[in-house]
Amino acid sequence: MTDGSSAADVVVEFFSVAKSFGALTVFQDLSLQLPQGQTTAVVGASGSGKTTLLQMINGLERPDAGRVEVFGQPVPVDDLASFRRGIGYAVQGAGLFPHLTAEQNVTLVAKLEGWDEQRRRDRFRSLLHTVGLTADAAERLPRQLSGGQQQRLGLCRALMLQPDLLLLDEPFSAVDPITRLGLYESFEQVKATDPASVVLVTHDLREARRLADFMIILDQGEIVQYGVPAKVLAQPATPYAERLIESQLS
Amino acid sequence: MKPIAVLLQMLLLSWVSFSWAEVAKPTVVIGSKNFGESYLLAEIAAQVLEAKGWQVKRQLGLGGTLICYEALKNGAIDLYPEYTGTLSQAVLKLSGNPGRQEINQALTADGLELLAEYGFNNTYAVVVREALAQQLKLQSIADLHDHSLNFAFSHEFLQREDGWPGLAARYGLDTSVTGIEHGLAYQALADGAIDVTDAYSTDGELQRYRLKILADDLGYFPEYRAATLVRSDISPALRQGLSGLSSILDETQVQALNAQVVVKGRSFQDVAANFVQENAETLGIPAQTLDSVRGSWGDTGWTAELWGHFLRHLQLTAAALAAAIVVGLGLSVTVYRRAKVAEGVVYLCGLMQTIPSLALLALMIPLFGIGFLPAIIALFLYSLLPIVRNAITALSTTDPTLVKVSQALGLSVWEQLRYLRLPLATPAIFAGIRTAAVISIGTATLAAFIGAGGLGEPIVVGLSLNDTDMILRGAIPAALLAIIVELIFGALERKVSPPK
Repeated sequence: MTDGSSAADVVVEFFSVAKSFGALTVFQDLSLQLPQGQTTAVVGASGSGKTTLLQMINGLERPDAGRVEVFGQPVPVDDLASFRRGIGYAVQGAGLFPHLTAEQNVTLVAKLEGWDEQRRRDRFRSLLHTVGLTADAAERLPRQLSGGQQQRLGLCRALMLQPDLLLLDEPFSAVDPITRLGLYESFEQVKATDPASVVLVTHDLREARRLADFMIILDQGEIVQYGVPAKVLAQPATPYAERLIESQLS
Repeated sequence: MKPIAVLLQMLLLSWVSFSWAEVAKPTVVIGSKNFGESYLLAEIAAQVLEAKGWQVKRQLGLGGTLICYEALKNGAIDLYPEYTGTLSQAVLKLSGNPGRQEINQALTADGLELLAEYGFNNTYAVVVREALAQQLKLQSIADLHDHSLNFAFSHEFLQREDGWPGLAARYGLDTSVTGIEHGLAYQALADGAIDVTDAYSTDGELQRYRLKILADDLGYFPEYRAATLVRSDISPALRQGLSGLSSILDETQVQALNAQVVVKGRSFQDVAANFVQENAETLGIPAQTLDSVRGSWGDTGWTAELWGHFLRHLQLTAAALAAAIVVGLGLSVTVYRRAKVAEGVVYLCGLMQTIPSLALLALMIPLFGIGFLPAIIALFLYSLLPIVRNAITALSTTDPTLVKVSQALGLSVWEQLRYLRLPLATPAIFAGIRTAAVISIGTATLAAFIGAGGLGEPIVVGLSLNDTDMILRGAIPAALLAIIVELIFGALERKVSPPK
């Protein structure tokens, strides 16, 4: 990470970002800093702009105005591919390629990066171990795996190249509660093994409380509250935050 | 032919008088249209030239006037039998009823020439049963006025300018008419279901069904006098070789020859050979070479011939399909990301499909001549649509979530194609190829229209000679081939598809 105009302990920074989809304005003037080496949860109801925020970090979406910096540099316009390979990405439902085996899915990008087979396999095995999967999953196609297994593999794929930044878009929400607990444990294991900055988009406040060091509450494109989860949850700053917390935690 | 070559040949001819056939003369390519009389006349010309020592290549059954005419102009064939009326009406658009001289003047622009006429006029005719003609004393078309009869004409005759509308006006016939398929008209006439229909004046069926041609007293129908059409720069030797065909047949004789093929079911080669042998002297064929007549055909049985057609059909289809796969996929991969362009490409491929096959083939003659290559190109163009449409649709509708993920993982556009879009599109692409394969096997039968062979050849010949056996000899293997290919591609498709 280079030391730009931002403070050294900031991994992602938004400068007065505006973003609309047609007539729908998502962000009017969004500025924020995400801390280096920590897990930040972005919470809010559906349509609050969580996913758009996440996708502006790796350039899947572009701000209409303002700019986004990652690792102290603006998100590049050209050569997005190599920029994105430094950022892990996992989504709800895992999004595994249906025609590739578990191992092929996880190791694809490493193969494209030119890793030799041994190195890929070693990394894959260690990731499997980290997320609590056994080696016999390796040769299976996604449809032969449970939702929880797929989600773990999605996490492995995001971690394959040991990224400094991990973007997670509700990766734990499409599974049953028991499986979800297992996934939390896997994630905590990952955090311990491969420490990286994490942005976790979720609508689940318990999840945020358990996994995140900081949290942001988004309401219609505005940050209504920001801080350590325990504090935020104890002292909601706006009626919306209060309502959100009440709906899930009371 | 160069003068030196001519001299050399004449020298050789004087030396080797007993074996004309072995003398090296340039190969003459003879074409014909796809109806019985045209086959017969072309075959007679071919056997006459062979007897006089030429090597002859037959490109018989070409798909109609336009294709024959273009092929001749283009040098793909050297001669074919044509009719004065066809040239003046359909090709040269001359008014009235011009004779050969006038036609030849108009032909000079295309560098073509109509040689001396065979001696008969195969024009449209209005026919009735002989018995009915006697009963009602019908002699000419004008006599139809006085009786209430059942008129039924072929659909083409009802439409053509030189058909029924003009005829009715000229003779003042004011009667209702119905349309009937030409192939069924004779039987309907014989059975008494209809009384009056149109025919060609040299049709073999006229004798078989005892029909009478009503005289065209007012000279309404243009003359369709048969003659050999050549390029005007043919060698004097070839001109000399064809000269024996002048005034060799009158209407009755042609009717009889046609009847032997259509009614008695003899092969046109056989009928032609008989005719050439019987008229050898008039045709200018030396007696000692008569044995060589019919030498170039008939040795191979029809199974061997069929195998040849089958292989040729396979070659045509495989070559066209391979080209369509390469070009179609290349095109699809290039344009699938630009929706407007992709739509345009699919539209163009669809447009190609709507061009009638004969028109497409005729368009290609100036560029590629006739034979294998233009047939492959036509098949290739017809095969593009299913491949391109399936490929573009499948490539552009990959699950958007997976596309997002692949982008987020840092896959370049090419890598997304290679590792995500193409593998997921494979079943659809395969289905497109499978459709294209079956279509082109079916369409490849049209290759016979431009002399490219294949299973279409027995079909075309059989259709024009009314020979069901021969049609089936082409149609059944073509259908079997389509089914086999369908099964093979189906199996391949299951193999490349991810298990469900």
